Amino acid sequence: MSCSRMEKKILGYVDGRLKESERLEMEKHLSTCAACRMRVNEFRAVNVLLGELPMIEPSAAFDIRMQARVAAEPAKQSWWAWFAPSPRVVLAASMLLLATMWIGSRTDIRMNTVDIDKINQNMSVLENYDVISEFAPLSDLSQQSPDDDPSDFNQSQQM
Amino acid sequence: MARSDVQLMLDVKAGDEQSFTLLLHRYRRPLVNFLYRMVRNREQAEDLAQEVFIRVYRAREDYIPSAKFTTWLFRIATNLALNSVRDNRYHRMEISLDAPVTVDAEDGEEKALDVAEKHPNIEQHLVEEARRKMIRHAIDKLPEKQRSAVLLHKYQELDYGEISKILQCSESALKSLLFRAYETLRVELAPLVAQHVRQ
Repeated sequence: MSCSRMEKKILGYVDGRLKESERLEMEKHLSTCAACRMRVNEFRAVNVLLGELPMIEPSAAFDIRMQARVAAEPAKQSWWAWFAPSPRVVLAASMLLLATMWIGSRTDIRMNTVDIDKINQNMSVLENYDVISEFAPLSDLSQQSPDDDPSDFNQSQQM
Repeated sequence: MARSDVQLMLDVKAGDEQSFTLLLHRYRRPLVNFLYRMVRNREQAEDLAQEVFIRVYRAREDYIPSAKFTTWLFRIATNLALNSVRDNRYHRMEISLDAPVTVDAEDGEEKALDVAEKHPNIEQHLVEEARRKMIRHAIDKLPEKQRSAVLLHKYQELDYGEISKILQCSESALKSLLFRAYETLRVELAPLVAQHVRQ
């Protein structure tokens, strides 16, 4: 085993986390490599030094604060709760249904076939509105009163 | 017989609030310590630990025991800690590394009188404190991911597979990460390391 291959296994060796075969291979290498033996000893020293830092204790208020936060969490509803209608939705749906029924029950709003026929007749007149409104004789007639003298009409023709 | 973490979490999922309290008691100390070593502020570490637990609680309905509970717990903790460290980086730069370590130190809450009682030889105590400060600073100077890896490896004693899942990297990458971290620590702590090796 070369020194570069040692790199990834050196910490596992120091921690005692290598497989038996890997450990034996490592020890075989260490018996012939002073540099790697030194590295192993130094890593062991680092491990010991890291262990010198004491643990801290959570403060006395930690649990109390945690309980308060958990208590403040909204209770989760189950998936089936989605189907439970809320009062607002029920009210809105009822009102909509009533309004629909009321409108549907008004018979004078309903259109019968006679009404439709009348509209169709008027529509044909409305379609010809442009022709009728630009028809000159009709426009002249509309300007003359029924009491006008016919001789005035003849004079205007001669002019 | 104590229930496993997964069983406790499944009981929480089923609506047993007491099981959540058991999980909380089981992991509050390691979690607060891990977060404290990540963010170097006790109050912030406790706030983050609370956030981790509340996220676990909120996710109880969707919990599926596909991985170890600690993998899930420390993944949440690591992500929160890394975000917090990044958010506070500018602020942290303003704090001198040589600022007196008092309230936030692991043993910083010891009062002067207690120190005298516990350590008849005050000089010895100061030497020990200087060593600890040096070790803390060496850990603090590690890049974030290396620091997370060292803390999970050394203090939580998680196996490589679990740490690699928490840090979302391969086992091989984790081993390289740890090797580089230990190399840096070996150099940073050279005088102390040399003392140990000589002994």
